[in-house]
Amino acid sequence: MISFIAQRIAKAIIVLLALVVLNFFLIRMAPGDPAVVMAGEAGAGDQLFIVQLREKFGLDQPLPVQLFLYVKGILSLDLGFSFRQQMPVSTLILQRLPATLLLTGTAFAISLAFGILFGALAARFAGTWADTAITVAALIFYATPLFWVALMAILLFSVAMDWLPSFGYETVGAGYTGLTHVFDVAAHLILPATTIGLFFMATYARMTRASMLEVGRLDFVKTARAKGLSDTVIQRRHVLRNALLPVVTLAGLQAGTLVGGAVLTETVFAWPGIGRLMYEALLQRDYNLLLGVFVVCSAMVLAFNLITDLVYRSVDPRIEFAA
Amino acid sequence: MSKRKILMSLATMCVLSTAAVAEGPKPGGVVNAVIQPEPPSLMMGLVQNGPTQMVAGNIYEGLLRYSPKLDPLPGLAETWSVSEDGRVYTFKLVKGVTWHDGKPFTSADVLFSIEFLKQTHARARGNLVQLDKVEAPDESTVVFTLKQPFGPFIGIFEVGSLPMIPKHIYEGTNFKTNPANNTPVGTGPFMFKEWQKGSFIRLVKNPNYHVKGKPNIDEIYWNVIPDAAARSVAYETGKVDVLPGGSVENFDVPRLSKLKNTCVTGAGWEFFSPHSWLWLNNRSGPTANKKFRQALMFAIDRNMAKDVVWNGLGKVATGPSGSAIKYYTSAVPKYDYDPAKAKALLKEAGYNGEKVRMLPLPYGETWQRWAEMVRQNLQDVGINVEMIATDVPGWNQKVSEWDYDIAFTYLYQYGDPALGVGRNYVSSQIAKGSPFNNVEGYSNSEIDKLFADGAVAFPDSAREEIYAKAQKILVEDVPVAWMLELQFPTITRCSVKNLITTGIGVNDGFRDAWIEK
Repeated sequence: MISFIAQRIAKAIIVLLALVVLNFFLIRMAPGDPAVVMAGEAGAGDQLFIVQLREKFGLDQPLPVQLFLYVKGILSLDLGFSFRQQMPVSTLILQRLPATLLLTGTAFAISLAFGILFGALAARFAGTWADTAITVAALIFYATPLFWVALMAILLFSVAMDWLPSFGYETVGAGYTGLTHVFDVAAHLILPATTIGLFFMATYARMTRASMLEVGRLDFVKTARAKGLSDTVIQRRHVLRNALLPVVTLAGLQAGTLVGGAVLTETVFAWPGIGRLMYEALLQRDYNLLLGVFVVCSAMVLAFNLITDLVYRSVDPRIEFAA
Repeated sequence: MSKRKILMSLATMCVLSTAAVAEGPKPGGVVNAVIQPEPPSLMMGLVQNGPTQMVAGNIYEGLLRYSPKLDPLPGLAETWSVSEDGRVYTFKLVKGVTWHDGKPFTSADVLFSIEFLKQTHARARGNLVQLDKVEAPDESTVVFTLKQPFGPFIGIFEVGSLPMIPKHIYEGTNFKTNPANNTPVGTGPFMFKEWQKGSFIRLVKNPNYHVKGKPNIDEIYWNVIPDAAARSVAYETGKVDVLPGGSVENFDVPRLSKLKNTCVTGAGWEFFSPHSWLWLNNRSGPTANKKFRQALMFAIDRNMAKDVVWNGLGKVATGPSGSAIKYYTSAVPKYDYDPAKAKALLKEAGYNGEKVRMLPLPYGETWQRWAEMVRQNLQDVGINVEMIATDVPGWNQKVSEWDYDIAFTYLYQYGDPALGVGRNYVSSQIAKGSPFNNVEGYSNSEIDKLFADGAVAFPDSAREEIYAKAQKILVEDVPVAWMLELQFPTITRCSVKNLITTGIGVNDGFRDAWIEK
């Protein structure tokens, strides 16, 4: 197992470096650069200012030199300096990481727990009105764009009913501490986390249902029934456990994207996370910041792929590690 | 409404306003405002973008402030005088002013700020081009001597153009990496307190502010909300009290303005005078033809754009200068909406239906809708328009590389044609790589001379004559298609009083503001 993990980590590092190079060129293929964007924001039209900015950011260097310097930085765990925010990229990412993890982690937990629950219920009562209701609801949430769900949720729960806050991480200026602060953050978390959660919940529910129905037709389930086990035990212990492998795969993929945040949801709800940081960096062509976020996200995806493989083993002991 | 009702309403308003006056400014209270996008820094000497100026304009100060008519008002200077030959400007500073850290503000800080800004502030560098020397005969006097008279000079001292920087904090340090950049220290009515990146910036009242009895408000929270619809909701649900100009999409303004206790104003943009126009590529294609460009001016219904897209705010632009800018004249050729005349001119120009590429300004839905409206106007007279979608950096690149036929834009004019108008029309400003100079490629030696002379002519009457002539020539030639003098509506709770009192509006407005309880 150790050699399996070591080999996977070595491969992951190579993939990560390849991604860095690819992203480096992809970002620079987009039209415009940070110097012109910043000059525009400053209302400064003079050529000298733009040239000075390019020199300051090292954008006047040939592209291979810029790449070399960037990769050299990455190898020494330096993600560079944000042109626009005038701070080290790693500081900016670390500042935003807790908010993002709270949001995506909550959404992940909601979607996984309720997705599997509803999927299992739909499978258990396949063909009944409950199954139809869950399947139709899942289809609707799966097909509806996130930003629309977000805006509708704001209109309903913030504007019309005034139950939940519509933006931010906490009530600005309230100065809450202790438990009051926890409840305040939780209130701000409900709408964005549910918005993201609904989409993934629908995915998990559909996948769990389909997988359970498929597993339910296998011979070992018939054997379990023949042994006289109750239906609940069969569904929970035998069918659900065996049906979870595709769900674990999907959950692994989703977990890998947790750090990247949710660009649209964070933007609509003014959630101070990494998704928004990435979105703003893209609009401002803040190359280092954008690349830095990509690097961290890629690393997390690779790490969670590895973890997913390890979880497979615990879910299904028949799976063996092959280096 | 009947006459009687109107009279009764007016009477009620009079009573209410009398009551308000009688009550006078009340100290205390917290204001929640919106800021977007989040400023990269609040150190005004280093960063000059709009959001930085809006927040930090309440932390830092300039020597002067400007009325909505752009007349200079006391700031850190209490009096000023100009020599008879227009070359020497003497400022007497307010005595007893201290920085937020308690150190005294003196003329040495002014001298230091000038040197600082020459290195870091592109616009200040341009504004100080005629400066020969600056001296401080004593602690509260500063004397600027110019190489030759420079008409706009008295207009360059507002906080965004020439903010005062604390010498004792920055002297001998690397300006860009000075840790104080994260905790800005100014002399202004509010002090920096806290910045939770991505969430809010908190300013608190400066208890030692040099203007007695000000500021009234205790704290300002600038909320960072990236989505325009979410900003509208934040106001609607009572979470924010002030939406500075441009915070929400224009189609939301009528709805928000009907909310209880809501006041809307287009004032506070006089100094910037945001002027919108269409860049027309004068180098090649149909837009190189003067008659085609004139046809565009007749083809576009600018009044409809003002009324529909901009909710009636702003004015139809008559030429290169906004009407709030010095030496503006309306005595120029007129281009009223006249599709028939546009068609006739297109025929004269020999336009044969070639495709014309148009770049909308990628600043949100308002600009997109305006571009759709213009496209419809142009198609109505037979112009074959292709819209090119870009994001902001893409737009910047296409315009600065001259890769367009028609492109929407708007630029600030900074109160004087020598500062914010000439740069878009003189030949010396034709240079690839910047989207803010003479991007259209218009070249006219007479215009070059007029703007060169206008900047240094003395006295004012001489400048007036020169700029009137320049405006007439430009409007005749139509190097660009002027659209509207923009006014970005500021939406506030009516209980937030006296917020906009100067030509830069919210940017230095909280000094005088107070909250009606």
